[in-house]
Amino acid sequence: MGGKLLEVHNVYKVFPGVTALADVDFALERGEIHGLMGENGAGKSTLIKVITGVYQKDAGTIVLDGQEIHPTSPLHAEALGISTVYQEVNLLTNLSVAENLAIGRQPTGTVGIDWKTMNRRAVGILEKFDIDIDVTELLGNYSIAIQQMVAIARALELESKLLILDEPTSSLNADEVEKLFKQMRRLKEQGHSIIFVTHFLDQVFEITDRITVLRNGKYVGEYATPSMTKLDLVSKLMGKSLDDLKNFDSISNHVEIGDDANLIDVKGMEKTNYMNPFDLKVSKGDIVGLAGLLGSGRTEITNLLFGTQKPEGGELHIKGKRVNINSPRKAIAHHLALSPEDRKQEGIISGLSVRENIVLAQQVKNGWLHNINVRKQTELAEKYIGMLSIKTSGVNQPIETLSGGNQQKVILARWLATNPELLIVDEPTRGIDVGAKMEIQRLLVELSKQGMGIVFVSSEIEEVVRCSNRVYILQNRNIVGELRGEEISEQEIMVRIAAKEDRKA
Amino acid sequence: MKKGRQIPRIAWPLFALGLILFFNLVFTDSFFAITIKDGHLFGSLIDILRRSAPTLIMAVAMTYVIATGGIDISVGSVLAISGSIASLVVWGGNTQYLTSAGSQYYAPMLSIILIPLVASILLGAFNGVMVSFIGLQPFIATLILMTAGRGLAQLLTGGKVLNFRHAGFEFVGRGYLFGLPFPFLLALGVIVLGTVITRLTPMGLYIQAVGGNRSASNFSGVNTRLVLLFVYIFSGFAAGLSGLVMTSDITGADAGFMGLYMELDAILAVVIGGTPMEGGKYNVGGTVVGVLIIQTLTTTILTKGIPTEYTLLVKAIVVVVVLIIQSNKMREVMGKRQGKMIAKGGAAV
Repeated sequence: MGGKLLEVHNVYKVFPGVTALADVDFALERGEIHGLMGENGAGKSTLIKVITGVYQKDAGTIVLDGQEIHPTSPLHAEALGISTVYQEVNLLTNLSVAENLAIGRQPTGTVGIDWKTMNRRAVGILEKFDIDIDVTELLGNYSIAIQQMVAIARALELESKLLILDEPTSSLNADEVEKLFKQMRRLKEQGHSIIFVTHFLDQVFEITDRITVLRNGKYVGEYATPSMTKLDLVSKLMGKSLDDLKNFDSISNHVEIGDDANLIDVKGMEKTNYMNPFDLKVSKGDIVGLAGLLGSGRTEITNLLFGTQKPEGGELHIKGKRVNINSPRKAIAHHLALSPEDRKQEGIISGLSVRENIVLAQQVKNGWLHNINVRKQTELAEKYIGMLSIKTSGVNQPIETLSGGNQQKVILARWLATNPELLIVDEPTRGIDVGAKMEIQRLLVELSKQGMGIVFVSSEIEEVVRCSNRVYILQNRNIVGELRGEEISEQEIMVRIAAKEDRKA
Repeated sequence: MKKGRQIPRIAWPLFALGLILFFNLVFTDSFFAITIKDGHLFGSLIDILRRSAPTLIMAVAMTYVIATGGIDISVGSVLAISGSIASLVVWGGNTQYLTSAGSQYYAPMLSIILIPLVASILLGAFNGVMVSFIGLQPFIATLILMTAGRGLAQLLTGGKVLNFRHAGFEFVGRGYLFGLPFPFLLALGVIVLGTVITRLTPMGLYIQAVGGNRSASNFSGVNTRLVLLFVYIFSGFAAGLSGLVMTSDITGADAGFMGLYMELDAILAVVIGGTPMEGGKYNVGGTVVGVLIIQTLTTTILTKGIPTEYTLLVKAIVVVVVLIIQSNKMREVMGKRQGKMIAKGGAAV
């Protein structure tokens, strides 16, 4: 032990329009498990990609084992001794376990590949992990956990100095996580160093020695895990120091709303391996915030409500009537609207104009027989371009040429045009400038005053506090608590997010 | 072209068509001559319209398929199936009549038309289900029918070339109406049908939306599966109609060779017409021009007496030139001067 294995100094990475990493430091000791944490857009995956050669850094130094390195590709990084296991297993599921373990290093006999030796070696490799499986079986026939283990075993067989695990646990159940941790501890004892990227608080406290936190592409700090409380970590992740929490003016009226749930009432909605059963109520004029860390179930709830994921259990009542929503079409028919999290993949339709993007959902609501002609489309689009002050050269401008904030407004316009009773917004202000953020927040509050129910998801906690009159707290795909009216404060939300998981709620 | 205006995509194919026509104006005698015989129009240009009809019918439907980001390479085989079925129906399903020379079996017109069309629509629906519900890649999904379909057509005809005489049915591929070739009018009908469906219902918007971003279309509530199903059914229908025209024209069905490689001409016409292969946009007018380019070129080569071995080569060269001229890279270079204006107009504000 002793001596740093990896040192990253003052690294910058700039993409057109975005500084993904600014002056970021990172240091890894020998034989430690080091957690790398951050919310959406913090820069953790960019940092990993810079270290593994997927991206080239724009400035700064990376020193591995005392030598400055300039990884130019993942293959190059692997040759330098850096192995990475990504969230999605990137092995070949159509090959056998043994073949996967041997790719690039197949033992050859007199004629072609020496299968016996290859299989024997594979068994040997997996023995170290206490994995006793048929190595001639296709990898795809095993569980994700086993596949993940095989990926890790393979990564280590490359005799790497450094192992990077990028969110390896997000598809694993508790049991499988435990198995993975056991192997990680064993590796640590053998002197291997591991960078563990995750967003699960409990896991990071269970397994890591130290934690580095990034936020908005900047280095926040490095902390010894035992010296920290969960609350400390949450406040670092959210960028709020607990001592000098300024109380932002709430722009919502924080009215206390009773239990009548006159808009929607969800009971026990769930989907296996996606979201645990939850109850949720929204009344007219409510802004209901969903607060939790990345992966806690915020987006999962929005997708289940809107039918983009089919619920497997539970009941949904809309205005007292039991309904079953299993597609966005049905959700729209019930006057629901969802501005989704991933603007680029799920929101904007490039190739179409601003006008066409705005009218799309209303057209769906109208049905096949009531076509909105171009003149009416233009009227509708112009109305919302004015209302949301969307900056565009005209209704026919292709949407992909708008700035992020204006694209987001077009998506909101798409849904407002349908006159929804419940508007679900998932990260509506991500990646847009402060001015546009404020405008969107004001708009949501204004809409709620007109009687619209709103479900508001944001990883920026002050937004949730400013706008919501009720906040559900999420942990590990469970709703674990609820704050109302005056109870809502950044501090309270952070304390609840960090609280030891309590499944009774 | 106006200063600061983007050149419309259709300008280049039109320019290419103009060039080929100009070449004929100078070098081919009486290429533009149109005479009236028996109340019908005759001439090279009319001949081009008549001959381009089967490809035109297919290519218009192919435009919508490609606009969704898909492709349908089974249309040549669907055409062969449709033609084979039509011939069988003319013979009352009994190929024994083949031997009785000169005898005519008058199958009802309606059944000769409807049975092959219904079959083609079902085949299109098969493609649509494969792509939208099963989730196969369009190329693979339609490859299945492309290969299996031709075999099926040959099975139907028992490997024979089915010739027939049927005055009514022959009108479909050979007749004239209002002085114009009937197949060309059929093609116009398909263009009108497609335009009505895509303009008077939201189908046009949905086709572009699915091609632009299928996942976001889903999130917006668009029934993306239905949209995909529709374009493949329409393509199947068009291929079937094409098969009727061709079978009627040659008064027979040759299952092994009818419409062979025609899917490639159709796809080529769509691309020449400026519809991008990645989907999200379409230009039916461009496709029409694309088909006319291909047919005019073929006719020109034939009338110039160039040995047929060179036909494909000359075609290939012209097509490559057209595609290079309208490629994004070329448009960038050509549009440098007025391009600055475009960039300003389109940039994020």
